[in-house]
Amino acid sequence: MTKQIRQLDRVVIRFAGDSGDGMQLTGDRFTSETAQLGNDISTLPNFPAEIRAPAGTLPGVSSFQVHFADHDVLTPGDAPNVLVAMNPAALKANLADLQPGADIIVNTDEFTKRNLAKVGYASSPLDDDSLARYSVHPVALTSMTVGALADAGVAKKDAERAKNMFALGLLCWMYSRPYESTLRFLERKFATRPDLVGANKAAFRAGWNYGETTEAFAVRYEVKPARMRPGTYRNITGNQALALGLVAAGVRSKLPVFLGAYPITPASDILHELARHKRFGVTTMQAEDEIAAVGAALGASYGGALGVTTTSGPGVALKSETISLAVALELPLVIVDVQRAGPSTGMPTKTEQADLNLALYGRHGEAPLAVVAPKSPSDCFYAALEAARIALTYRTPVILLSDNYVANGSEPWLLPTVDELPDLRVEFATEPNGEDGKTFLPYLRDPRTLARPWAVPGTPGLQHRIGGLEKADKTGDISYDPANHDFMVRIRQERIDAIPVPDVDVEDPDGDARVLVLGWGSTYGPIGAACRALRERGLPIAQAHLRHLAPLPANLGEVLAQYDKVVVPEMNLGQLARLVRARYLVDAVPFNQVSGLPFTAATLENMLEDVVKNA
Amino acid sequence: MPSPIPVTPVKLTGKDFKSDQEVRWCPGCGDYAILAAIQQFMPELNIPRERTVFVSGIGCSSRFPYYMNTYGMHSIHGRAPAIATGLSVSRPDLSVWVVTGDGDALSIGGNHLIHALRRNVNLKILLFNNRIYGLTKGQYSPTSEVGKITKSTPVGSADAPFNPLSLALGAEATFVARTIDSDRKHLQSVLRAAAEHEGSAFVEIYQNCNIFNDGAFDLIKDPATRDEHLIRLEQGQPITFGNDGRFSVVHPEGSFGLTVQEGGTPIIHDATVDDPAYAFALTRLSGSDLTTTPIGVFRNVSRPSYDQVVQKQLADAAAEATGTPEAMLADLLNAGDTWTTG
Repeated sequence: MTKQIRQLDRVVIRFAGDSGDGMQLTGDRFTSETAQLGNDISTLPNFPAEIRAPAGTLPGVSSFQVHFADHDVLTPGDAPNVLVAMNPAALKANLADLQPGADIIVNTDEFTKRNLAKVGYASSPLDDDSLARYSVHPVALTSMTVGALADAGVAKKDAERAKNMFALGLLCWMYSRPYESTLRFLERKFATRPDLVGANKAAFRAGWNYGETTEAFAVRYEVKPARMRPGTYRNITGNQALALGLVAAGVRSKLPVFLGAYPITPASDILHELARHKRFGVTTMQAEDEIAAVGAALGASYGGALGVTTTSGPGVALKSETISLAVALELPLVIVDVQRAGPSTGMPTKTEQADLNLALYGRHGEAPLAVVAPKSPSDCFYAALEAARIALTYRTPVILLSDNYVANGSEPWLLPTVDELPDLRVEFATEPNGEDGKTFLPYLRDPRTLARPWAVPGTPGLQHRIGGLEKADKTGDISYDPANHDFMVRIRQERIDAIPVPDVDVEDPDGDARVLVLGWGSTYGPIGAACRALRERGLPIAQAHLRHLAPLPANLGEVLAQYDKVVVPEMNLGQLARLVRARYLVDAVPFNQVSGLPFTAATLENMLEDVVKNA
Repeated sequence: MPSPIPVTPVKLTGKDFKSDQEVRWCPGCGDYAILAAIQQFMPELNIPRERTVFVSGIGCSSRFPYYMNTYGMHSIHGRAPAIATGLSVSRPDLSVWVVTGDGDALSIGGNHLIHALRRNVNLKILLFNNRIYGLTKGQYSPTSEVGKITKSTPVGSADAPFNPLSLALGAEATFVARTIDSDRKHLQSVLRAAAEHEGSAFVEIYQNCNIFNDGAFDLIKDPATRDEHLIRLEQGQPITFGNDGRFSVVHPEGSFGLTVQEGGTPIIHDATVDDPAYAFALTRLSGSDLTTTPIGVFRNVSRPSYDQVVQKQLADAAAEATGTPEAMLADLLNAGDTWTTG
């Protein structure tokens, strides 16, 4: 039979199943095929902290959402148009997010009495009218996969495990996705198990063919490629991009990169990625604890490397004393905080922006440093380069505030050429800098950058001692002189404040907005999508987004003063809003959500609509 | 493998290793003797001053780097081994020394110490053990004897001390030694062996705090009592001590350890024995009371250093790399599933 093909401009699909069902991989593959088709995409994985929570339970549900469109998209989408539910728990956990009319593909094999009971279904929702508002497609995913693999020569367990590929094949058929790269991927993934390559490929094809032949799916969809800037793209997660940015920083500075890290969710993937790039002179050290990780990084910086440590909030807390030492030593150091929901262990796999205060103020004494935050997954690459640039040029620790949303989310990345990346080369001190031509003054500052010389061990004639004790201006000798301490405290602040950072841009296409939304970090996508939706409805609104939190852009005060109302949405209880109010004396209105999930565009659109109408 | 640390072209003297900073320990502190011994010893190594780095934590002993005309970092409490690890691993052309104390190394920094030893990082770790907190004015330390009466333990401390050498051996240390601040010749002989060792060298130096714990080691320092209690370990020599060598360190049949007895057949000291049980048994001869205290090199075995292994991994990866770093970076960025739009 000939299937009808319907054109869509955008689709949001959520793959949901048990944490052992391979939903992240399924989503990844679908995303990769979709990216290559030229759609713009944004993804959001959502998984429990437990590696294998009890099977079939609500806490064990893992999901992956992908939003793809024929135009540029800013978020992974609010409400899925399609939910793939591999078991009753996946259905129950995700149903509330669906709009009426959404497609639900369910694996009926898992809708057993036992599995239904596990999540509190008295009877199967497939058998009553509780799903009447949706378009439900019951598919016996497991048994059809097992059936398709009857002659594949694999154990039944392995055949059952391939059901995610069946689901992927079906979805790829439904949305007219190519599949060559997935078949190649399976060959790589199971290189040592040819039987599994065959089984998974067969399961994928069976899913595809099922869509093609069954009458249960009458319509196929197409989403045309988006008009994107010409160039070569790849799909990338924030953590991957951040790691590549650090490699690039090493190449562009011609310095070895030294990463000290202790495993912590959701930052560990940066360690994993960097550990694979030794050929670039990247050393990774899995330290005994967070403190040793930053200590080793600082020791490497002292020796002339680009020292980096990667962690999440709890790790930053532990590193605090060493970061203060780096402030006193005035050495380059990049501290990456992939924020997660806190306090304490909090929700390690959920997102939050609540470490801004920690980054800005979380040290003893007056210990200022620079803070930057990426706005999207691919922007993590550039944020890493920017953090390295500031650290190396201004000889200071820099905190890079990523978060779980950008770290694990993905989007297409227009690949830069190496030449267009910033030149980060540094000059080490090689000669005495004292007026007598013989003395070396380790704390004599470059008047242009206020940075002190970076004299690495091994440089003849520049032997000197540095430490955490207060130092005399210029000589670096231990000093308890009151006036000197007052001077040094102020100069440490001044030199951070004086770091030149780009002005903040304001997006206000018609120039008639009276309300400004100010955000920072990962909220860029949802805020941008909400602003776009409002403008399409004729409601003017301006958007400004901060990449530099310390120092703040020089024009920020001026920008804020131009609007009647400033709204600051954050995934915390108003940390930037408070800073802006204190610093610029503007009546910035906080809008806060700390659910562990990113803002949806709709949430922000509703809130901003009220503000704009009442401005 | 030849050392990546260059040899100094000019012969240095002890004076060359004195910095311009005024030494500020209490008059009579054992640290002065150690500083003088090390400054006098350093030229022997023929390592240029700029290739030598002293890293310390916090405490009286940790002021040490300020007084050496080398590179130096006075860091934060307990973290010197971690910071020195990052420096040493990334700069194999440097000779990196850690100076620490009993509180710094064994209390607040215990974790970093054991992991540096486990990794066998190429660090020379000098632990000045005075069995007291000096800089914070006299609290008991993790090497103070049980029942120690201090400001923080007015009726006596309740916790048992570490034996630092036993701890180091438990942490898989490849070089473990002990010496005494006042015995310059012995101290320098131990430093010599430590400096020659590839990997972590752990040296405990008994050091007198004349303000808060004066005379802590008098039993093994006072010429009147010393010889009856101090056991000098010499490689390849029978372990005997006491007047006319009347005491022997023996391995009693059926025992797991070593013991001291009058007469008997002394064991022959061999620090290169692979099984750490031997060195461990030697460390157990001494307790808080110092009545039988070995000094010298307890253990000196060879195991690849962390630095060597890491550098080899980097070198292997670099050897396989082709093209300029910029070209490799371009390949890396373009790796995986890419697509091009016109």
